[in-house]
Amino acid sequence: MRIKQTPSQTIGPFFHYGLNPLEANYPHTQITGSCLVSPKIEGERIRLTGRVFDGKGVAVEDALVEIWQANAAGRYRHPGDTRVDRALDYDFSGFGRCGTGMHEGCHFSLYTIKPGSGQVGHAPFISVTLFMRGLLNHVYTRVYFDDEVAANAADPVFSSVDEKRQSTILAKRRDSREGVEYVFDIHMQGDQETVFFDL
Amino acid sequence: MSKMSRRSWASNPSYIDERYKSTILRGPLKSLVAIDPELAELTGPAFGAEVIGPLDHDLTRNGQVNGEPIGERIVVTGRVLDVHGNAIPSTLVEVWQANAAGRYVHKKDQHNAPLDPNFLGAGRCLTDAEGRYRFYTIRPGAYPWGNHYNAWRPNHIHFSLFGPTIATRLVTQMYFPGDPLLAFDPIFESVPEAARSRLVSDFSLDVTEEGFALGYVFDIVLRGFASTPMEVD
Repeated sequence: MRIKQTPSQTIGPFFHYGLNPLEANYPHTQITGSCLVSPKIEGERIRLTGRVFDGKGVAVEDALVEIWQANAAGRYRHPGDTRVDRALDYDFSGFGRCGTGMHEGCHFSLYTIKPGSGQVGHAPFISVTLFMRGLLNHVYTRVYFDDEVAANAADPVFSSVDEKRQSTILAKRRDSREGVEYVFDIHMQGDQETVFFDL
Repeated sequence: MSKMSRRSWASNPSYIDERYKSTILRGPLKSLVAIDPELAELTGPAFGAEVIGPLDHDLTRNGQVNGEPIGERIVVTGRVLDVHGNAIPSTLVEVWQANAAGRYVHKKDQHNAPLDPNFLGAGRCLTDAEGRYRFYTIRPGAYPWGNHYNAWRPNHIHFSLFGPTIATRLVTQMYFPGDPLLAFDPIFESVPEAARSRLVSDFSLDVTEEGFALGYVFDIVLRGFASTPMEVD
């Protein structure tokens, strides 16, 4: 038997009180937020920040950014990842959410750890799923790190992307007194349009 | 590893649909880059009962402050399946919606219709072993929006689903049968015509609860693992 997929629709402008209510100050619990880190978790603490720009270069104020990633050992917290040689970190879910429009300048900011490489020969990366008003299907991309030059060059997906567009999926490292920040701006259109993957 | 079925473009809207104006500057213009899902995409967050509060499935009660919310009580239920008809158990379903007057709790909703102090309009639940979810809520009202002259959104409930991996992620909207606004709604109409009816729930007298709430059934089909690698939808 084969049945047909339910179509996608836009997330619309008013999702915050349902999907990330605490961060948007609504009286409802939430399943995850923008901080994935707690004291016992292994790994280098990083902030993943950026903005989402529309085709006119205007920062989008009502997008939802979701991340999914491996832990510092490169293990995914999922029944499908049964590799016992990579330790699970029981306090690390690997999943976070942040809306834009909560911070000044429409930045998103997620506090997490830098993931380990998830598979031998692959570069470390963070998966990003992006939703917003005006986006009828969500888009999916991967955040690679600009200080992993050799690993990125060897990564089968990163290296398969047109060289001229590879910079659109590279987060730029910035070290400051506040810690390590990787900046990843997402451009929906234009010369710098981010590479979005079809899975 | 068996292959994940791809997103079906016969079932889904295009990114740019000029009738829905916000898509024009927000939809990507370049072609998506096709990749075979790797472990990163063949895994995803799994949620357990610990994220579900006792009233999270009941929007008629989870926002109460000093009484019952106003409006027509409804039950919305259905099964979450993959394209092969397999039930997807223990997967998170999140919903949010306007109140009976067509007003969202959201601070940015400026529509001049009353807020309901006893209605939040957000809920969540996990599917059971047969992939079934069930919410109690209030039938949402229609509301105007700025897309074009006299634009009104049909009654709808927003749904967010995960399925077993991030490749199965889906955010969509459920509509109600017989709504005259559907034919004028560019968001609903953005879906290829043959697939639109999949977003419209069915009224069910069997699901309707005697003396309490009208019943609607809305099944949701996510992508799944193809039994043969060449299979496409």
